[in-house]
Formats: sequence, C-alpha cells, structure tokens
Amino acid sequence: MELLISAAIGILVACGIYLMLRARTMDVVIGLTLLSYAVNLFLFSSGRLVSNAAALISPDAAAYADPLPQALVLTAIVIGFGMTAFLVVLAIRAFGDLGNDHVDGKERR
Amino acid sequence: MKLLLIVLIPLLGTLLVPFLAGRSRRGAAVIAGALTAISLALLLSFAPQVFNGQILVSSWAWMADFGLFVSFRLDGLGFLFALLILGIGLLVILYAAYYLSPRDSMPKFFAFMMLFMGAMLGVVLSENLILLLMFWELTSLSSFLLVSYWHHRSDARQGARMALAVTGGGGLCLLAGILLLGEITGSYELSVVLASGELIQNHALYAPALILILLGAFTKSAQFPFHFWLPHAMAAPTPVSAYLHSATMVKAGVFLLARMHPALAGSDLWFYLVTTTGLVTLVFAAYVALFKHDLKGLLAYSTISHLGLITLLFGFGTPLAAVAGVFHIINHATFKASLFMAAGIIDHEAGTRDMRRLNGLFKYMPYTAVLAMVAAAAMAGVPLLNGFLSKEMFFVETLHLRHTGDWTWLIPVLATLAGVFAVAYSLRFIHDVFFNGEPHDLPKTPHEPPRWMKIPVEVLVLLCLLVGVLPAFTVGPLLATAASGVLQAPLPEYSLAVWHGFNMALAMSFIALVGGVLFYLMRHRLFALHDRLLPGGFGAKQIFDYLIHFLVQGSRWATGVLENGSLQRYMALLVGAAVTVGFFAAAQYDSVEFPSLASSNIPFNGAALMVAIALPLAAVGTVILHRHRLPALVMLGVVGLFVSLSFVYFSAPDLALTQISVELVTIILLLLALHFLPQETATDSSHGRRWRDALLAGAAGVGITGLTWAILTSPFDTLSGFYLEQSVPGGGGKNVVNVILVDFRGFDTFGEITVLAIAAIGIYAMLQNLYIRPNEPGPYGWATTKPPLLMAVVSRPLLPLALMVGIYLMLRGHNAPGGGFIAGLVVGIALVMQYLASGVEWTQTRLRIDYFKMIAIGLILAVLTGVASWVVGYPFMTTTFTYLYWPVVGKFEVASAMVFDLGVFLTVVGITMVILAELGKLSGPLASQRALDNERSR
Repeated sequence: MELLISAAIGILVACGIYLMLRARTMDVVIGLTLLSYAVNLFLFSSGRLVSNAAALISPDAAAYADPLPQALVLTAIVIGFGMTAFLVVLAIRAFGDLGNDHVDGKERR
Repeated sequence: MKLLLIVLIPLLGTLLVPFLAGRSRRGAAVIAGALTAISLALLLSFAPQVFNGQILVSSWAWMADFGLFVSFRLDGLGFLFALLILGIGLLVILYAAYYLSPRDSMPKFFAFMMLFMGAMLGVVLSENLILLLMFWELTSLSSFLLVSYWHHRSDARQGARMALAVTGGGGLCLLAGILLLGEITGSYELSVVLASGELIQNHALYAPALILILLGAFTKSAQFPFHFWLPHAMAAPTPVSAYLHSATMVKAGVFLLARMHPALAGSDLWFYLVTTTGLVTLVFAAYVALFKHDLKGLLAYSTISHLGLITLLFGFGTPLAAVAGVFHIINHATFKASLFMAAGIIDHEAGTRDMRRLNGLFKYMPYTAVLAMVAAAAMAGVPLLNGFLSKEMFFVETLHLRHTGDWTWLIPVLATLAGVFAVAYSLRFIHDVFFNGEPHDLPKTPHEPPRWMKIPVEVLVLLCLLVGVLPAFTVGPLLATAASGVLQAPLPEYSLAVWHGFNMALAMSFIALVGGVLFYLMRHRLFALHDRLLPGGFGAKQIFDYLIHFLVQGSRWATGVLENGSLQRYMALLVGAAVTVGFFAAAQYDSVEFPSLASSNIPFNGAALMVAIALPLAAVGTVILHRHRLPALVMLGVVGLFVSLSFVYFSAPDLALTQISVELVTIILLLLALHFLPQETATDSSHGRRWRDALLAGAAGVGITGLTWAILTSPFDTLSGFYLEQSVPGGGGKNVVNVILVDFRGFDTFGEITVLAIAAIGIYAMLQNLYIRPNEPGPYGWATTKPPLLMAVVSRPLLPLALMVGIYLMLRGHNAPGGGFIAGLVVGIALVMQYLASGVEWTQTRLRIDYFKMIAIGLILAVLTGVASWVVGYPFMTTTFTYLYWPVVGKFEVASAMVFDLGVFLTVVGITMVILAELGKLSGPLASQRALDNERSR
C-alpha cells in the first residue's frame, strides 16, 4: 500500500513537472497546481498515514495523527492559493501587454 | 597591543589622511609621514628584544573555531621587512610630496599609500596564515589602486588590471595552499606550521600544497612566466614603483619563500621547482633588461632578474643560501629604490624616460647623476658597494650544490652570464643617460631637482656605500637577526667582509664585470640582432591578452548557451539539476532496505486504493487534456477533490476543509482567467522536446516516489508528542492543528498571512491599467447573457446562512475542525457566489466593503494579540485563555489566540475577495469598453 501511495504522489509530481515545462502560461499554472498537491501530500505523508485518528484531543482517542505536518500543510495550501492567483494574474497581464501567452514572452519562430 | 598598532596606524591613516588633510597637499604628506614615523618608532622600540632573538607574538581570537586568530608575530625576518616597509616608505612619502604634480590629488595618493603600507606590514607581521592571506590580497587590491592612480591613462588602467589579475589569481592559489597546510598541521599559526617541517614534507599533500604556495609567491614576485605584469605596472607614478616594485610588494613573494623556509624548503621538489624558476627568471630578465629603451622598463626587468636571484638562493635550501638571500633582499631594496627615484627625477626634470633621447644629462644634473651612478654600480655588483657583497655570496653558493650531479657547472655558468647581463644593463643606464652625446629634442631643459627630492636618494645611496665598505658594522646584526628569523634555527658560520682572498667567486665577479663591459661595447650589433630575431619582443602580454579575450569569449558563449532568455529552458535546467542532485544524493545510500511489499502499516482497502488509483488517473487525465483548457480545469478539480478526500481518510479534517475550499476558489479563479486567455494550447513543442520533458518529469516522479516510499516505511520518530500533550493545558484547545497554527507556531502563521497580503497587493497592482478584452463566445460557449435568475434567487438567502457557517467554523476552530483559515475561505466563497449569481455590477453596488481595509485590520489584530502579551510582561505572542459560561451554549472557552484567529479570518476573506473581485471586474462592461478604446487608440 505504501508503494502505491508513493507512486501516486510520484505520478502527480511527474504530471505537474511535465506541464510546468510547457510553453504556455496556463499550462504552467495547471502544472504548478498539480505540483502543489503533490508536495502537500508528500509533506503530509511524512507524518505517516493513519485513519480514524484525527488530532482532536479526547479521552476516547486511541491514537493521534501527527498534527505538525498537518499544520504546515494547512498554511501551505492557503499560500499555494495565493501563489497560484499571483501567477494567473501575471499570466493575464503578460497576455494583455505582450499579446501572446508564451512563457518566454514572445512566440518562437 | 603595540604590535597590532604597528599595522593598525597606517591602515587608520587610509581614513585619517583624506579626512584630516582635506584639500591640503602638504597636510596629506605631513600626516602620512607622521603616521609612518610613529609606526616606525613603535617598531624600533621592539628592536632590543628582537635582536636578542626573542619572537614576540600577540593574539586575539577572531573565529577561533575556524582557526582564525588576529595574531601578529615579530621576529627577525618580520622586523627586517617592517623596517624596509616603514623606512623606505618614509623616504618615498617625502619623495612623492615633490614628485606629484598640482593636478594629482595628494590626499588620495597618500591614502592609497597608507592602505598599501598597512597591508604590507600585515603580511610580514602576521602569525596566522589566513590573516596573512587577507593582508596579501589587500596588497594586491591597494597596488591596483596605486598603479591605476593616473586612471585617465589607458596604459595605467590596463597595467593595474593585469597586475591585479596575476597577483590576485596567485593569491587564490596561495589560499588553497594555506588551507592544505592547515589540513596537514591542524593549525594556521606560523609557530606550529614552522615547527612541523618534517611532518609537512612527508605528507601526501605536500606536493600540491607546495605548488600552490609557490604559485602565490611566484606571481607576486614576478617570476617567469608570471613576470609580465611588472613591466606593465610601470605605468604607475614613479614613487609607487620605487616603493612597491623595488622594495615591498614584489618582495612579498620572496618573503613568503623565506617565511615558509623551515616548513617547506629542503626537499628535492622544492629545490627543482624554486631553483629552476629562479634561474630562468634571473637570466632571461637580465637579458631582456638590456634591450629596454624605457628607463623604468629597464629597471623593471632588472628587478625581475634580481628577484629571480633571490628566489634561486632560497631554492638552494641551504642555511647559507638563505642568509645570502636575505642579504640580497636588503641590498636590492636600497639600490633599486634609489634607482627608481633617480629615474623619476630624470623623468620629472627632462620630460621623458626614453633612453634613445636621454643622453649627456651629466652636464645638466651632475649631482643626481653621481647618485644614480653609485646605485647603478651597486646593481651591477661593483666592489665596495653592497650589491657586490651579496652577489659574491650568491656566486659562492652556486658552487656548493649537492642536487645537480653532472650538471654542477650549469648553475655557476648561468649565474655568471646573468652577472654579465646585469653589468651590461647597469652600464647602459649610466652611459646612455648621463653621457653618450647630447640629449635629443627633450620636452624640457633638464636641471637638478628641488633639494628635498634628492634627500631620499642620498640616504639610500649612502646606505649602499656604508654597507658595501663596512658590512659587518652596519648591516651585520640586522642580517643575523633576520636570517635566524628565516631559519628559525642557529645561524651557520659566515663572514661579512669585502675581501675573502682570491677564490672562484671573485673570479666570477671579475668575469661578469669584464664580460659586461665587452657586451655593452658590442651593443649596437646586439640591438640589431635582437630586433631582427625578435621584432615584437617577447609576447607575454599578447598571450595574457589572448587568454583574457578567450575567457571573456568563453563566458559570453556559456552565458549565451545557458541564459538565452527562455524561461522554458531555465525551468528544464532547474528540474534537470534538481533531479541530478537528488539521484546523486540517493546513490550515497546504496544499502537502503525497502521492506517487502506485503508488510504495510496502511490498511489495504477501498478508500486507500481510491486515493492511490484515482488520484494519478485524474492527474494523467489533466496532462492528456491540457491542450483543451476547460476540460483540463475540470480534471484538475477532480484531482483536488481526491486530494481533499485523502485528507479526510487519513485523519486530517482541517486539511480536508481547507483543501476543498481552496479548490473551489482556485477553480473559479482559473475559469475567470480562461475568460481572457486562449482556450486551446497550440502544439509548439517539437517531438524531441516533449520526449525530453517527459523523461525529466518521469525521473523526478520516480525520485519522489522513492523518497516518499523510503519515508513511509522508515521508523517513525516525531516531536509532535509535545504538541499533543500541551495542546489542552498550554493552548486551551482540543484541535491540536489549530492550536499549533494560532498558538505554538503563531508567529509563522502571522508571517504567512503577511505573505498572502503582499500577494494580494501585487495582484491588485498588476491589474491596474490593464485593459484586456474577454474572449468572444467560442466553442465552449462563454455565456454573454445575464446570470440565471434561479441562481440569483437561491444564492441571496444563502449568504447569511453561509456567513453563519463561516463564523461557526471560526469559533469552534480551537476545539474542532475549523479555524480562521477555513472560515475565511468559506465566507469568501459565499461572497464570490453573489458575484457569480448576480453579476459584478449588482454586487458591487451592494457590497461596499473595502477589502484592503479588511486585510489591514486582520493583520493589525494579529499583531496586537502578539503585542498585548508584551504589555502584560510576557514574550511576544504568548497566549492565555479562560472558560466562560454562556447561557444555552454552556461552558465556553475563550482564548486570546481566538483574536489572532479572527485576524487570520479577516485577512483571508480580504485576500480572497481582492483576488477574485478584482479579476472579475476586468470582464465588467466598463472594463470591456475601455479595452476596446485602448485597442483602437493603438
């Protein structure tokens, strides 16, 4: 099971990076979003994956999931949104000013 | 402390001279001279101890862990060099005060001069090798400033640059060598290094360390083949040449040979490297000097030759040779400094340095001529002058070598030949300049210089004479002290006398004198021959220029290839580099034991399987569909939803809530963006590039898979126990994730919402004055009609409900999944819904909220909770909590962290709204009209 989940994260990374290597801004944005998912999952899984053990203190709980990576990932998700938004607006601005959506700012001949 | 002051006073002078002197020319010289005199007096106050054979060391720790100490050492060798630097420095300052023209800035000149003097003193007095290196590089830098003092002249700039490139490059080699020495001996202190000669020479790293240190010394002392910078540095004002290029800076290299003598000298490798370099330099430069028509050019090559002689002596590695080497350092400094000064006087009073035009000056300046002739005779090695004595010691040493075997005759013969050349060029200096007919079209009528300008020359020439006639009474004690400082051992037997009887060395001196005279008499034929054989001279400068040109072209090419302006390529290089480094790092762990696939801590069931299979499928789907952007966004949404689900399944309710809200706003954002950007991606990557990118991405994926697998299967050790234990008693909340966010790591969270606020402001700024026309209704049918009525009707009553849910999520966040981030996103979505359902104009007229103010209030609240704890005397962001009993609700916990969370909430709402609403405004009718106008006006 560990290997399957690792592979899922790995595939997410591969898809994200492939899209980030494309020449169009929108593809890069989508790729970056995929990569953020992968990174968040990766960080999250460094606290190990357990079910039915949310880090909510209660006398009945048998075990708790590691709360620290969760706290880190929570802010990472929100920051990731801010970054995506920034990038998207940058892409729109570049398209508006330059008239094309190539990452290099100009179409290749 | 006094030891430190010797170095510090001149360095301080670098600042004092220009500040105190202001524009006063005389003032600058007086201050510089006074500081030098103070430093000299301090040095002389140590004389009794040094002459007693004491080694004075004073040390302060700087970065002790790295072996770096500010430690100074005064022994015989350091004393001699410090004496030369300060003594000759004083004379040069006097000389320069009269030499510089009213157009030259004196304070600037003397400030540079003091900087150089301090650096040079640092080199010769350092006990710590790294400290020595710093001063060493400082001499290179300050000599660059001094050589390029007349920076309006291109030859000065080029000469300075060349000197800096060669000596600075040598300095880097020296640094490497010193670090190796430190590795070998375990210390950078000279006392330790000098005492471990045997250890060093038997160490495997001896050869590389030696070669690197020698490169440093040879470049500084202008040894062949690094000699070419010195003649070009002659573009410097003559006082600089007299100081740097005769007595001090070029001597730093041979100083290093002398300093490291006990540690490095004596091996065969040392002998062959140093002797060969010295010998080649000695003969070659003496030969070239004869053919230089420029007065300073002749002196420069003569200096190179003499430095070669000193290097050769240290190369012999015997104690007696070292004594002779030290002796020649003293003698060369005195006669060469005075010769440079004489050359400067001639240049100053006659207006040229070209020996083809300067003739018969004896008539015009007989006094200067006599002084120069005595100094030149000392350079030639005429008896009764100091140059003769050390040269004779040198000849004696060439006759007693053990290493050379069948080639015993070679070094004495070549040494005598160099002596012949030296006599010839010295003779040319005297005969060509002061006799040999009449001057040709000089710019000025030459005359004697001002009285004070002659004094430094007189002092130095007098020293040449005194040492030459009465060596044992004058220089004897100083030489003995300095030589014992070199050897760090008892001195060998030697006699300082003018007459040692008829012997081989005397014969060699005689041959050199007679041969030199004969050689000079044949000079016209030799010049013709030289011009025919080597019309362009020796091409060291051309080689250097070619090398520089090659380096510049090379780096331009490399920059062009790597940095061609394509972000796409940078991205590929970045990923490629990261993947390469990652795999190299992974290769270090060749014995990682991955557990068998069967053993698993994660239960193998449908939910887990769903995450593991649906997630990659949706991601691959996104890639496949990426040319059609709308479907790709839908697929991206699917990925995000599965990510949220996996958070739900793996016990992270807060993450799941955050992820699903962010997912929503992200997709809305991307759809809005798609309203302006092209709907389709054209195929513009070649087949090969797509394969390359797929390969890179695949490699990265494999790497991350391996890494995640390794983490998931390795033993688990976490510091989260602390947070779990302290959450309720310390933070007053049961939801540990939230308590970490607003309490334990509150400062981090504060930083993060600040970053978000900055991003929002950046987005706002980027959207200002952007007029872009939304896409026409295309294949995906962008709706141009009004938002559907049903949606508007449903969404309006939904708003207060959504707001209530948001506030509830925030209030309970401390104890149950929720909190400021999630609540902020939920409220943000509820507000955006109004924009979607009722249109931008409609909503804007009703929702009159200044979101920037909201962000600001949020941030201020967050800071205030932090500051409040200061006010009551606790560290920044200490939280407190208490329990209240509310009717209906019951026992209710109130924590100061909740105010912080409120700040987070307000900031997140504000940011979401700024981002989405600003982007939404772009497509409003007003903005569209502006975009149209804008296009027309273009």
